[in-house]
Amino acid sequence: MRANNRSSAWPASLLPHAALIGFAGIALLPLYFMLVSAFKTRDEFLANQFGPPRAPVLSTLMQSFAGGDLFHWVLNSLAVTIASVLLSTAFAALAAYPIALMKWRAGPYVLGTLIALMVVPPIVLVIPLFQIAAALRQLNTYQTVIVIYTGLLLPFSTFLLASFFKTISPSLIEAARMDGAGSWRIFRSILLPLSGPALATVVTVQALWVWNELLIAIVFLQSEHLRTLMVGLTVYNSRYRIDVPMVMAGMLWGTLPMLLLYLVGQRFFIRGLTAGSVKG
Amino acid sequence: MSSRFDRWLPWIYALPMIAFVGLTFAYPTLSLLTYSVEHVGRSAYLPTTFVGLANFRYIATDSLFHRAIANNLRLFLCVPVLLVLSVLLAQLLHDRPKGWRIYRSLLFIPYILSIPVVGVVFGYLFQYQGQLNNGLRALGLDALAADWLGSPALAMPTIMSVIIWKELGFGIILCLARLSSVGEQYFEAARVDGANWFQVLRYVTVPQLIPTLAFYAIVELINMLSWVFSYIYVMTLGGPQNSTVVAEFYIYQQVFQNSQIGVGAAAGVVLLCIVGVLLAVRQWLTRRLAIYESE
Repeated sequence: MRANNRSSAWPASLLPHAALIGFAGIALLPLYFMLVSAFKTRDEFLANQFGPPRAPVLSTLMQSFAGGDLFHWVLNSLAVTIASVLLSTAFAALAAYPIALMKWRAGPYVLGTLIALMVVPPIVLVIPLFQIAAALRQLNTYQTVIVIYTGLLLPFSTFLLASFFKTISPSLIEAARMDGAGSWRIFRSILLPLSGPALATVVTVQALWVWNELLIAIVFLQSEHLRTLMVGLTVYNSRYRIDVPMVMAGMLWGTLPMLLLYLVGQRFFIRGLTAGSVKG
Repeated sequence: MSSRFDRWLPWIYALPMIAFVGLTFAYPTLSLLTYSVEHVGRSAYLPTTFVGLANFRYIATDSLFHRAIANNLRLFLCVPVLLVLSVLLAQLLHDRPKGWRIYRSLLFIPYILSIPVVGVVFGYLFQYQGQLNNGLRALGLDALAADWLGSPALAMPTIMSVIIWKELGFGIILCLARLSSVGEQYFEAARVDGANWFQVLRYVTVPQLIPTLAFYAIVELINMLSWVFSYIYVMTLGGPQNSTVVAEFYIYQQVFQNSQIGVGAAAGVVLLCIVGVLLAVRQWLTRRLAIYESE
């Protein structure tokens, strides 16, 4: 059984592929199911649950979009996602700057607090936040969810940008300071231009999180015209319950934006999601 | 110089962040503590009253809360499965078989899909007349067909398998990233010494991955307490017969369906304490592992 070289080492070279194909297949199962079902009519689905559609139709996908609900929810989600990700990234960059690069005695404590806050269950924050929003008559408004999302994102985004800023060579900052650049100038003209990939990483991970968030959207956006896509999809699901292809078509629309973003910016996803592990 | 980078400048840069974090974390946490010892009135006619520890006494005897916590603890069982599968798949990918990058991309996809979408789709797959059962029946395995999400005994294990399915990609990527930073010579040396695949795994890969696995385990344990609401909300709504109620869902029901804000807040304080303990373990581990790694 003991092999001398790598190529004949057990398990034989086919086995890893078999295992990987098996796991990849399981990983893709829901996506496959959405994809093949969305191109079937309800009648075909009843006769052919598993296979690819024998007579592919676009009518299911078109119908699922008809009435404009899905489109409306996508727009709502986009608005909320863009606003909270922009705010959070901007504030995180501003805060990460002194944490990483200035002499700030409170800096390490601020960072430690942020790391601890990352694990607070959102549900416990939602109870008081709901009472505050109700008292201020700010339920069912986008500004409320945007503020909450921004606040919830900030510990992670600040932490991530601070760890990136720490990798910037201090001599570079020092040289700029010698040349008389102020702190804002250094931030604008040195830090930000160097941080393109880091900012892209932070933006992708945050966008993924806000886009997929359900609890806060359910609690704070209850009126129909404000629903985000994730809440909308749960409503959509109960509306079409007996028409599986219709449901799957809706789920496919809901998945496509993030899936495309992942296929284009894969390295940002992977870097951002593993970055937290470098320093816990 | 010192006039520019003086004492208050850092605070100014950090101010917006501190304000938002204070509003969403600090203030709510403090009011959570207050709510937990109050009976919160729903309107001006039903005033809020101080009730001491009554809310805590209530959840201490509420069998539904006990079940919720027990279900969170059952979810912890996902973590060892995730650890083992992550190590195995990361090692398979690290061997760089042909097309390993494609496998990596595909294995990571569940992690980026949204829980509501995944929950709905799996909901159909797991129905009594769903694909899984019909597939089993077609293979002549009728005996294995079951009401996966509809029976109290199976609903929780079914949800656990969906959570494992979704979270595995994260573990694989973490382990793979760590293995790539380990010198290839360790693996090569083991192979030259005649170690087979499992021996390399046992004596090189696993020891190298200990810090990563410890981190991943803690992150996932915290997830199993704090971030499983969406799965439950979309797939079972806590049913059948309350068999899948978890702490988050219990709190959600108490606050938003029963208007028992005080009770929900007390349960929230308990949840926060458990997460706090795990966080302390994580900090302790990080410090220990930093020493371990520098040795």
